[in-house]
Amino acid sequence: MKKKKFSISKMIVNILLIIGIVAVSFPFVWMILSSVKSTADFYSFSFWPKSLDLSGYKYVFEKTDFTRWYFNSFIVAIVVTISNIIFCSLIGYTLAKFRFTGAKLIFLIILSTMMIPTEMLIIPWYVFSSDFQWVDTYWGLIFPGLMEAFGIFLMRQFMLSVPEDILDAARIDGMGEFKIWLRIAMPQVKPAISALAIITFLGNWNAYLWPVIVTNTAAMRTLPVGIAMYGTSDAGGIQWNTIMAMSSLTVIPMIIVFLIFQRQIVEGIALSGTKG
Amino acid sequence: MKRKETTAKRTFSLQTKKALIAYSFLLIPVLFYLAIRIIPAFQAFLMSFTTSSSSAFTMDNYHKLINDEVFWKSVKNTILYVIIIVPLQMLFGLILALAIERMGGKLKWFYRIVFFLPYMTSIVAISWVWRLLYDPNSGILNEILVKLHLPTQEWLGSPSTALISISVVIIWQMMGFCMLLFTAGLQVIPRQYYEAADIDGASKWQTFWHITFPMLNPTIVFLAIIGVIQTLQTFTQIANLTGGSSGGGLGGPLNSTMSVVVYMYNEGFRQYNLHYAAASTVFLFILILIVTLIQFRTFNKSYKL
Repeated sequence: MKKKKFSISKMIVNILLIIGIVAVSFPFVWMILSSVKSTADFYSFSFWPKSLDLSGYKYVFEKTDFTRWYFNSFIVAIVVTISNIIFCSLIGYTLAKFRFTGAKLIFLIILSTMMIPTEMLIIPWYVFSSDFQWVDTYWGLIFPGLMEAFGIFLMRQFMLSVPEDILDAARIDGMGEFKIWLRIAMPQVKPAISALAIITFLGNWNAYLWPVIVTNTAAMRTLPVGIAMYGTSDAGGIQWNTIMAMSSLTVIPMIIVFLIFQRQIVEGIALSGTKG
Repeated sequence: MKRKETTAKRTFSLQTKKALIAYSFLLIPVLFYLAIRIIPAFQAFLMSFTTSSSSAFTMDNYHKLINDEVFWKSVKNTILYVIIIVPLQMLFGLILALAIERMGGKLKWFYRIVFFLPYMTSIVAISWVWRLLYDPNSGILNEILVKLHLPTQEWLGSPSTALISISVVIIWQMMGFCMLLFTAGLQVIPRQYYEAADIDGASKWQTFWHITFPMLNPTIVFLAIIGVIQTLQTFTQIANLTGGSSGGGLGGPLNSTMSVVVYMYNEGFRQYNLHYAAASTVFLFILILIVTLIQFRTFNKSYKL
């Protein structure tokens, strides 16, 4: 009797989860369906595309700088990610493993900057970007993200747990301090590095506010800015099939990458969330 | 005696050497950090007390800010976003984590992956997909309402429903993140606690309130802080769901979805009133500071109990 009741409750949970799955995945399905509809299908509502219409995709590749936006997003995200891995772990390592005057102060200052909203920094960034003519350049897109307080904090936490003995052993062997950080300490905190890499890449790949401010020409846009600009300022109203084609081309590769590296990504984000 | 002195000297020199190495590691990164994070923060403060025409100290920007109805509307909306979004995304995240925890093996992972998917995907691209779902003419939501013989809605087009419609998108995207962190939180609860509760004959409800919930407290605190801070800075979803010709402008209709950051963007980068916009970001900074301090205090207390 008790067992039966349990299985009924389990069934209810299952049904609810399946409803949840539908709610979560429906927008994705709808995005793909809409990307192959003709304009007429949008005027007279139809659930399935009446015929396979690829004009949205054709427009994306022939009439817009979409591939360039893809490239820009990739460059920005990759450079920022590499920079964060190097600098955050170097700063984190030094703050965790060296005792020197000012160590606490530096850490405290970096930590306190986590409370400053990016929005507050954006205006001064924009002012000196225009002074130095960084507007509409890759450097302009990249420089604010090169070091993040959160990354430094995360790396410091993990570097603290690196055993002192192995560092000393390397010192006795005559290894230089820089090499000790790179060859001995870094491999010890691999999970933290991959977590940092994942969240930094994702954050920059999706970033919108700063890129939309610092770019002017269509060629310098990142992917989110390109989609948003096409959607909002294009004359003649919203072309749904083209926007959905852009969205699909943005989202589907992300889903594929996510499915390939699902375990690392899920664990990385959980790790950065729980330790941070 | 002499020997002691030399070892003291040697350790001293070793310490200075290590300190020098530390400084050499930190010099360039810390200077750069200073230049892009710390100096701009002070600059934003300074800018908010000056105008573009004169660098003399003035409270004009703040006077204007305090007397602007649209600004207060944006503050009110931002607080509404927080009140609607943060509890709901955490609640759904918790329910999902608990429900999935009861599933077996492979299925567990499958559910987790699917519910986490929205968090992984581009906010801008997804906002446009939702904008299509909400579209009064081409959207499927109204089509469903018609089929069910219910009155159609304006969704993003009406001041009474637009803010909630945007909140739904954000909750939809963020609940997977909450689920993931709750799952991680659930996994570190020692099993013995549940076994003991089982022996004592505790009901499921009692077990949840007396073991699971208190043990999840650190996760709840973390998600609450992160959630509130993120929601106070909401911009991308609002910009993409309401911006442009058909939506009646950024933060529209009738400023009903305008957040503080959208207000800042409009003033700073549409009107190019950078000094005035800086004042609104200082306000945002103070808001975030207050919220963080309050949350740390109240939650830390309940955690100790």
